Amino acid sequence: MKSLLKLHSLKSFLRPSLPSAIAHGLPGRQSSHFTYVPDTVAEAEGETVRQNLFQSINSALDFALATDDSAVIFGEDVGFGGVFRCTVGLQDKYGKDRVFNTPLCEQGIAGFAIGVAVGGATSIAEMQFADYIFPAFDQIVNEAAKYRYRSGNLFDCGKLTIRAPCGAVGHGALYHSQSPEAYFAHTPGLKIVVPRGPIKAKGLLLSCIRDDNPCIFLEPKVLYRSAVEMVPTKEYTLPLSSADIVDEGDDITLLGWGTQVHVLREVAQIARQQLNVSCEVIDLVTILPWDRQTVFNSVKKTGRLIIAHEAPITNGFGAEIAAAVQNECFLHLEAPIERVCGFDTPFPHVFEPFYLPDKWRCFSAIKKLLNY
Amino acid sequence: MAGRLSWSAISVARRSFGLQLRGSQAQLINSRTLSSALGEEQPNFPGSRSKWTEKLEFVQPDLYDGIPVYRVMNRKGEVIDPAYDPKLEKDTLVKMYKRMTMLNTMDRIMYESQRQGRISFYMTNYGEEGTHIGSAAALDDNDLVYGQYREAGVLMWRGFPLDRFMNQCYGNEGDMGKGRQMPVHYGSTEHKFVTISSPLATQMPQAVGTAYAFKRAQNGLCVICYFGEGTSSEGDAHAAFNFSATLDCPIIFFCRNNGYAISTPTSEQYRGDGVAARGPAYGMATIRVDGNDVFAVYNATKAARHLAVTENRPVLIEAMTYRPTLPSHPTPPHTPGEDRALHPL
Ligand SMILES: Cc1ncc(C[n+]2csc(CCOP(=O)(O)OP(=O)(O)O)c2C)c(N)n1
Ligand SMILES: [Mg+2]
Repeated sequence: MKSLLKLHSLKSFLRPSLPSAIAHGLPGRQSSHFTYVPDTVAEAEGETVRQNLFQSINSALDFALATDDSAVIFGEDVGFGGVFRCTVGLQDKYGKDRVFNTPLCEQGIAGFAIGVAVGGATSIAEMQFADYIFPAFDQIVNEAAKYRYRSGNLFDCGKLTIRAPCGAVGHGALYHSQSPEAYFAHTPGLKIVVPRGPIKAKGLLLSCIRDDNPCIFLEPKVLYRSAVEMVPTKEYTLPLSSADIVDEGDDITLLGWGTQVHVLREVAQIARQQLNVSCEVIDLVTILPWDRQTVFNSVKKTGRLIIAHEAPITNGFGAEIAAAVQNECFLHLEAPIERVCGFDTPFPHVFEPFYLPDKWRCFSAIKKLLNY
Repeated sequence: MAGRLSWSAISVARRSFGLQLRGSQAQLINSRTLSSALGEEQPNFPGSRSKWTEKLEFVQPDLYDGIPVYRVMNRKGEVIDPAYDPKLEKDTLVKMYKRMTMLNTMDRIMYESQRQGRISFYMTNYGEEGTHIGSAAALDDNDLVYGQYREAGVLMWRGFPLDRFMNQCYGNEGDMGKGRQMPVHYGSTEHKFVTISSPLATQMPQAVGTAYAFKRAQNGLCVICYFGEGTSSEGDAHAAFNFSATLDCPIIFFCRNNGYAISTPTSEQYRGDGVAARGPAYGMATIRVDGNDVFAVYNATKAARHLAVTENRPVLIEAMTYRPTLPSHPTPPHTPGEDRALHPL
């Protein structure tokens, strides 16, 4: 009830700033609850090319196939490039036996993918939407995550990577918007990674593919086209389980992943301009196993922590972080840890802007913590 | 409705990101809508083949008499048609007989051990000795086995020593699985036997994935996947059948139809003609075999292996057996606790 009331007042507060397309519910509207902040790389990284997220993912997959003859990529409609174009051109380049469609069956894709890895090949599976990964839950949680453990290391499926588009997209409603990271974070044996943009995605995806453990790579689908960066053309990997401090600050730590990192960067700017407050923005990057030290160090410095994610607040991954931080940083905290998240409802359609932990909700959380 | 749903994913992608379908895709859609107009003599719908009919008639499940049960021997153990005698070497025959007997003996001892509380759980293979040994003997010893939990005879055929069976069941320091799983969850890389997992049917799509990897590696091997008729009701079973056929995988699906899933009879498990009847519907070569006839199982598996490996196709074998209750092992009392000890999986 309380959150509903909050939502109502937010609604009137937000209306003037909403783009007209969203406000009027027009088809083809674009989500704009964040301003994308592109990453850059040092010149030493060599040649770069302008790429959006699906193109940089495509480039990572291209390297994965080129450098490893055993690697195969498959899923629903993957052959013609995938509904989000991430595998476009790869079937033409590498052949139908390496890049192919499967029947429409997520539990089958996951089970098959595990078996490919057990058979010694590099296995890269695509779930068309993270919302449809649940039929595969058993295979991922009971099989992939436990393969090495239960066989005493006789068998494993470490060569498995499952990619899935996740998160808000502006009009995806309850079945094209979910962020299921927390369900899987409850499962030892998995790695879960969420990139915030094209440069990170390319290196992280290659790391997942080459990591010796089953990985779930969640791609914020709203970034596929909207996120554009100058991405190194070379083959490169980026470390897993390593969070990024994307903006340094002293007064308050803002923690998120995926699209939410961009929301938080804008919030940090607003806080600096309007409140003269210095925010440290951290991209967690890897949900499991997460980089506890970077987060703890930051909170010990700032004394305040806001965690923001799109998934519903109850049992979201923010809850785990909050519990760990209070345990580790208790005497450094100047205020209770605040979570700004999706509400405990299905992901709405026309009310998406009110559901998301947008910059204004995050900004008011900053004010709340500063005035605690 | 179906059409709308199937295009919803692409339309979401297209609406948000201006995804354009390429020419070939557009043509595909056109030919789909045109197909009913084409082929006045024969219908030409993609994804099916048949003829027109003007009779309003439902296809009934009793359309045919049922898939026959292939056998080599009669009930007295005599070979019926000498052409189908596998003509195995005497040494092989003796080895098969000895392993079947040893399996039966091990089961007796382990079953008693469980009843005496020495181990937490056991699963006997009674009545299925012929399916295990007959199929295992027909394989290449390097073909990868994905089992369910009642395939100890396959491991035994490959030389998994009694010590290691014991180590696993007792979860002692010699257990290669480090004592992490309940008894009968054997596994051995040496014997190409993937560690057993308790959740039923999960091994089935995995076996297909491995068969695909084998095909690409061109190692000349196939994968055999054992499962019970009860397990064939799981979604993973459907996924596995369909993936194996569409992706042309060298795999043998070996259904051990022993009539029961714990207490549930097949009459409450499915309504069709067993599991074999599903094979053709998935586009798989299929055979039903008398699981008590070790030569029939041998012949069927040998032929299935040949098909799988030379033509990269899945083959379905349904072996019909019984799960007998031996006189020396009266039906266990049905207190909930004891039931759990018997079937806690
Ligand atoms: C997913 C799952 N559901 C239920 C069980 C519990 N369970 C263990 S054995 C069994 C019966 C299996 O019967 P069937 O496949 O016919 O094999 P059989 O025991 O007859 O060889 C059940 C229901 C399980 N292990 N996994
Ligand atoms: Mg059964």
